[in-house]
Amino acid sequence: MNTGYKASFRQIWRSMSLRFKIGLCIVIAFIIIGFVVYLFSPGEVMTLSAYKKNQAPSWEHILGTNKQGQDIFWLLIESIHNSMMIGIVVAAAATAIGVFIGLLSGFVGGAVDRVIMFLCDSIIVIPSLPILILMGSMLKGRASLMMIAGILIIFNWPWPARQARSMALTIREREFINTARFSGENLFKIVCVEILPHVLSWSMANFVNTILVAIGSEASLAVLGLSSTTTPTLGNMIYWARQYQAIMLKQWIWIGSPVLATAVLFIGLFLTYTGYNEYVAKKRGR
Amino acid sequence: MRLTKFILSRLLAWFLTILVGITVVFFLQRMMPADPVEGMITKMTSMGTTLSPEEIENMRATLARQYGLEGSLFEQYLDTLKRLAHFDFGLSMTNYPTTVASMIAQALPYTLCLLLVTTILSWIIGNAIGLLAGFKKEKWYSKLMETISMCIYPIPYFMVALVIMILMAYVKRWFPLVPSFGEFAFSWEWLSKVIYNSFMPALSLMLVGTGWWIISMKALSSNVAEEEYVNYGRLKGLTEATIGYRYVFRNSILSQVTALALHIGGVFGGSLMCEITFSYPGVGQLINSAIYNSDYNLLTGVIFISIFAVATATLLIDLIYPLIDPRIRNS
Repeated sequence: MNTGYKASFRQIWRSMSLRFKIGLCIVIAFIIIGFVVYLFSPGEVMTLSAYKKNQAPSWEHILGTNKQGQDIFWLLIESIHNSMMIGIVVAAAATAIGVFIGLLSGFVGGAVDRVIMFLCDSIIVIPSLPILILMGSMLKGRASLMMIAGILIIFNWPWPARQARSMALTIREREFINTARFSGENLFKIVCVEILPHVLSWSMANFVNTILVAIGSEASLAVLGLSSTTTPTLGNMIYWARQYQAIMLKQWIWIGSPVLATAVLFIGLFLTYTGYNEYVAKKRGR
Repeated sequence: MRLTKFILSRLLAWFLTILVGITVVFFLQRMMPADPVEGMITKMTSMGTTLSPEEIENMRATLARQYGLEGSLFEQYLDTLKRLAHFDFGLSMTNYPTTVASMIAQALPYTLCLLLVTTILSWIIGNAIGLLAGFKKEKWYSKLMETISMCIYPIPYFMVALVIMILMAYVKRWFPLVPSFGEFAFSWEWLSKVIYNSFMPALSLMLVGTGWWIISMKALSSNVAEEEYVNYGRLKGLTEATIGYRYVFRNSILSQVTALALHIGGVFGGSLMCEITFSYPGVGQLINSAIYNSDYNLLTGVIFISIFAVATATLLIDLIYPLIDPRIRNS
């Protein structure tokens, strides 16, 4: 049994492109850092003057400490954890809501369909960042991360909805749907049992891409000091480093580590996204 | 006849998009658990201004009128729509009594120039490289270009901007940290000063933008290059250049025009972040000072203009579309 799994795993791994493999490795590394290494965090990473200030990297403080007496390594780990949480929550909710609404819209059709699609088109065209900035500045850094996540979901469901709708339109005409309908299944059950599996691989890709978008949007807000200023995220870390003149003081690790972590994480997510799309396309072609 | 119908439907969509945008902003603003009037009063009293209770009451009424917070929710909504239709955003609280509209009018040209130049340049450069990379996808330079763009595109604008700023203004002092444009003058000196001072923001916008166009154009053109009619063209003895331009380019550029329309919003957001990072005197800088001073009228005005500008840009691109796609023009 075990060897069977191993063999099929090896087969899948071999059929993946180099790009997909690199991306997946980066993402898995970040998941381990953000959710396993995170468990060993001493906690209270934002506490000021917890350690001696401005220490160079050592065994005790892997990345040293900053001007505020915080341990940069654990600050970074906690930031990665929170940023990834935001990304995953927003991506899961936005993809689920979008795919569901899109499928329904495609199946119900008529006026409902037109209204939903018009809403989608408008939200896609409207620039989301200025609106996020407005919300953030009204809350003055008191926004909880969940609130930011809620607003991000509003701006990220229309893409999957549009895609799912166009898929629903093509699937609707296939034979097995009619069979299901004539055998007396209700619409909800048809969507869940017959349609969803077809949309699943696309949804996975969208999920990965939305993680990227959500982390990026939150980071943009946080860099302006408009997300939660008390919860460390990748953008928040850059915000405080800039507030305390890390650049002038040449504390490159303090400001550099979140920038580098974000860049690597994003490249990993993007490679996974495009690599997965390629992989699915190749499998379909076979 | 069909063309008129097409234009009318685009115009209607443009109008409704702006309406939806305003509505979303209006209601999200009212749903926030923060009161701009009380915020302003707290700010004033905390700064040491002593106010008598009557003065505070007067202040409250004035601020409520200034922010358009009088009457029922529905009345406020209609009032907001009426004011925005005349581009009347009220007075700025930071630069009292300058109107928000005039502040925006001063900053907008800078943003539009930066955006227009970088977007068009990166669209052209990105598509050219992407076309080559997709059409000749086995060549080493195609793979190199794709790898580079894959590593730059996903990184958020402000991070690219931050890295460029640190490298080119702190470490190497090639460019000034804070740009200065001086008085507008119709001369070469002024123009070269503007170009010199906006080089870093333009570079960061173009790096990210070009990356995306290379990636998407490569994907599109490599698909088109595998079509049967391209093979047929080769068998017919057409030169590679003719195939590349007449068959591959013309077929894949269509989706890129639509993609440009869909991406304008994101590009705009990126340019705001970029302007804030580089203290570039455009709309992004206005947003920054509005956030810093809790100037809600200024912030709402800038956001309305953003929605308006993005929707209008999308409309223009949509209207250009029939010019380049003969199928829509002729049917």
